[in-house]
Amino acid sequence: MKKAVITGVASTKVGDLEGSTCLGLHTEAAMVATYDAGISLSDIDGVLCAYSLVEPQVMLSSAFCEYVGLQPRYSTTISMGGVTGAMMVMHAAMLVESGHCRHVLVATGDNRLSGLRGTGVATISATGTSAQHEYIYGLSVPAAYALVARRYMHEYGLTPEHLAAFAVTQRGYAVRHPLAHYKKPITLADVMASRPIATPLRLLDCCPMSDGGAAVIVSAADAARDTAKPRVSVLGAGQGHTHEHLIAAPSLTEFGCKHSAAEAFGRAGVTASDIDVAEIYDSFTITLAVELESMGFFEKGEAGPAALAGELETGGRLPCNTHGGLLSYGHSGAAGGLFHFVEAVEQLRGQSGDRQVAGAELALVHGDGGILSGHCSIVLGRN
Amino acid sequence: MEKTLPKPIPRPNADSRPYWEACNRGELTYQRCGACGHAQFYPRSLCIQCKSKDLSWQKSSGRATVYSFTEMHRAAIPSYQADVPYLVALLELEEGFRLVTNVEGPTNGVQIGTKGRIVFEDRGEQKVPKFLPDA
Repeated sequence: MKKAVITGVASTKVGDLEGSTCLGLHTEAAMVATYDAGISLSDIDGVLCAYSLVEPQVMLSSAFCEYVGLQPRYSTTISMGGVTGAMMVMHAAMLVESGHCRHVLVATGDNRLSGLRGTGVATISATGTSAQHEYIYGLSVPAAYALVARRYMHEYGLTPEHLAAFAVTQRGYAVRHPLAHYKKPITLADVMASRPIATPLRLLDCCPMSDGGAAVIVSAADAARDTAKPRVSVLGAGQGHTHEHLIAAPSLTEFGCKHSAAEAFGRAGVTASDIDVAEIYDSFTITLAVELESMGFFEKGEAGPAALAGELETGGRLPCNTHGGLLSYGHSGAAGGLFHFVEAVEQLRGQSGDRQVAGAELALVHGDGGILSGHCSIVLGRN
Repeated sequence: MEKTLPKPIPRPNADSRPYWEACNRGELTYQRCGACGHAQFYPRSLCIQCKSKDLSWQKSSGRATVYSFTEMHRAAIPSYQADVPYLVALLELEEGFRLVTNVEGPTNGVQIGTKGRIVFEDRGEQKVPKFLPDA
């Protein structure tokens, strides 16, 4: 089996990018990622795309390839909500490991902030709920996560202050990132005074919507000898799937991330305690709390106090979401999940400036789709 | 003046039609597997536990306990705007299945563990279940 390495990554600026388009953001990210890898777009022989809320396409990868004039050997679209970014990287790694492709481009982007303005964003937050058994009762995606948060508080003593600590920590990273959407510092009091959305979640417990794009190039190791930057290896990947809708979740405190992380760690031959930096899907503060504990980084009930104690900062036990995560760097659909990969690769290359985790050699990147429904974990390592 | 929009009603399919028809009779129903005894909700064409197709419709007592709940301060859909703040609860029914519904009455006082029963809210063509906490 060939080895898969990440040779190029890119994120566009993230935020309110009036005038941007879905395919334009894909293209900008793809061009910068190929430049980062030291290859050209014509070297790409595999293309993976996701989905767009602004300009929905039946075959987005075909639409993108058509837009940039590519006729790759392999092209497909993956649509798995928030876990799509991680799934695409895993799929790209399998394509190069099997020898089907040499350089796979994973391209994402959507102008979901400026492009959806005035079109009823609150209605979109209700998609992803069961049409017959959740939607009709006014359940939104934030509300479904709120139901998890309430139960988690009940069982493990998680508090609103613990949740706020995740938001504050990540804002602290975003302040130091030139491309991030939200860069104004916030305090625990700011989070806990922000307006309630679905109790116990408040506005600053929820990720924003952002315009932005991201791309990752996954190459076969033997095709990557002449690429520009230090290579980052895909050491292990795993998935976990338990349900789609909240009403069918087998548990409100244990989720598929437990299995996805265990498989990724097992394939990489490492354990949670070996990880130097973690970039973990954080649609809401509760998402991160649950995942950190289910994946084995912290015992049940310990992630919140750890966040309050600064353990997720660069000098702490597990530097986490060092770009600011979805909560502060921004959420641009499938690109949201790829921003975590861009940051992990830059950390492993030592390119993260004053957010750099000293000597980072191993990173865990994790995606979650639905209501903690589908999970994908990937261990990356510096060569 | 704020116009009150009608709340959504479900679009039943072959799996769920008996359930929604029962709701219109004021009965909460669920599926029970004849092979393994699993109590199943929402309605499907096989038992998710043992994969048997030997499913029968059972009438629930409607007795339920709040497993989790949230008070909504931002309406998920426009027709709920006038109800803000409203409660959405994940209920555990006595027979062992879970259901999401709204809560009848004032939003304060509901906690995890609050007991009550299912009543029905009339939405014109369709009645939908709602949770009424015990007094």
